[in-house]
Amino acid sequence: MYSEKVLEHFRNPRNVGRIEDADGIGKVGNPICGDVMVMYLKIRDNRIEDAKFETFGCGAAIATSSMATELVKGKTIEEALQITNRAVAEALDGLPPHKMHCSVLAEEAIRAAIEDYRARGRKGE
Amino acid sequence: MIYLDYNATTPCDPRVVEAMLPFFSEFFANPSSLHRPGQEARRAIERARSTIASFLGAKEEEVIFTSGGTESSNLAIRGVAQALRKKGTHLVTSAIEHHAVLNVFRSLEKEGFSVTYLPVDANGIVHPEELKKALRPDTILVSIMHANNETGVLEPIADLARVAHEGGAIFHTDAVQTVGKIPIDVTVLGVDLLSASAHKFYGPKGVGFLYIRKGTPIAPQILGGHHERGKRAGTENVPGIIGMAKACEIAQEEMGEEARRVGALRDMLEQGLEERVPDIHIVSRNVPRLYNTSLVLVAYVEGESLLLNLDFEGICVSSGSACTSSSLEPSHVLLACGYPHELAHGSIRFSLGKWTKEEEIFRVVAVFPKIVEKLRAISPFSKGR
Ligand code: FES
Repeated sequence: MYSEKVLEHFRNPRNVGRIEDADGIGKVGNPICGDVMVMYLKIRDNRIEDAKFETFGCGAAIATSSMATELVKGKTIEEALQITNRAVAEALDGLPPHKMHCSVLAEEAIRAAIEDYRARGRKGE
Repeated sequence: MIYLDYNATTPCDPRVVEAMLPFFSEFFANPSSLHRPGQEARRAIERARSTIASFLGAKEEEVIFTSGGTESSNLAIRGVAQALRKKGTHLVTSAIEHHAVLNVFRSLEKEGFSVTYLPVDANGIVHPEELKKALRPDTILVSIMHANNETGVLEPIADLARVAHEGGAIFHTDAVQTVGKIPIDVTVLGVDLLSASAHKFYGPKGVGFLYIRKGTPIAPQILGGHHERGKRAGTENVPGIIGMAKACEIAQEEMGEEARRVGALRDMLEQGLEERVPDIHIVSRNVPRLYNTSLVLVAYVEGESLLLNLDFEGICVSSGSACTSSSLEPSHVLLACGYPHELAHGSIRFSLGKWTKEEEIFRVVAVFPKIVEKLRAISPFSKGR
């Protein structure tokens, strides 16, 4: 049911783990099935230098987490905010329809991590 | 491939296939036909009926052939509900039934019946006292499964049936997971209806039976010709029925030995996993349950990702995780037992069978800890965090 690419990212997920001195952390839950994804971002000069994730979820959730971290790396914050769940799914050669909701987790985690980064900035000012 | 999903389905025993083969092209005639080939087919299925009846301690006319467990349970529940609607409209079942039973009750609720879903204790057992409390003067039918497909837990059917009868209700049991695995005598169990499916015990898919105690009121659900004493229309699945009878014959002879052998392997599996994987829980380990089933809850990880990783290693299991169900809800059985969502999420069911070998269990015990470790490294919930 999963594409080769999904299975490949699931088998060998990229960027697993946490960034201890992360500049932004986004923790989101999937209200549908109860899964959780945490994304850690290292940001310098408005650009995402590094990204890592931890996910408790299905094969699709792990694969989209992995792909999302790959996609955001090197992007500016504005660019990263343009990434949609569809884009993540497409980068994985698609997801089965009943697994599309898992990719929403990835999009939301990126947004939440950037939101956290911005909130910290506001506090620092 | 290491197949540990026997509760989902089993391969046909080669002896079953052999018994079936002549009935595809050679003895193909319609058992309802009056010519000699037709009558020969009729005799063959009546012999099969008699084999199955004696396997169950039932009379021949009490065994009705169906297309499988789902149809049997639909016929039993809907059939009795319809037949006794004038007498009462209250029905009782349990929270942990298979969907083939639960969804029939849900649809009857929409048709004006009221249904009580009995709770289970932490081990998944339905207590006869709970049933007693639920019975009402207008209760017409009680349906409780013999063994649960996820946990393997055996329900106290004889006691439950007695309580139901004392309350004047008819008693059905979904015995899809027990027929062919453990000895069953319908008179000892005291049930009025019992559903079974051939493919769960090395018979073919697409065939099953319903035991209907003589005199039990039941309305047919599939209408047509006068087959199966008017209780189930449709030309009989002759090869399937022959295969199912053969599977019963084999089970009768071999199930005692199988229970010992497979039970020892299951225990070995559980012991091995428990020794090597921290933070796992084996469900209902200390209550009577099927000797072939082991439901393991793995903390901090999700079942589908466990299942996929096991599949990469050629190991076939199933999971009660929300992510594996099309409804995206975790196992209703585990929730009814009181397990939290997160733990139910990490459930893996191993179900062993006739062709499970010791080396296979060794391999699972060797591979499983590594998979769990890998997934826990990805999980935000892992211990110490
Ligand atoms: S995260 Fe649960 S279905 Fe994908």
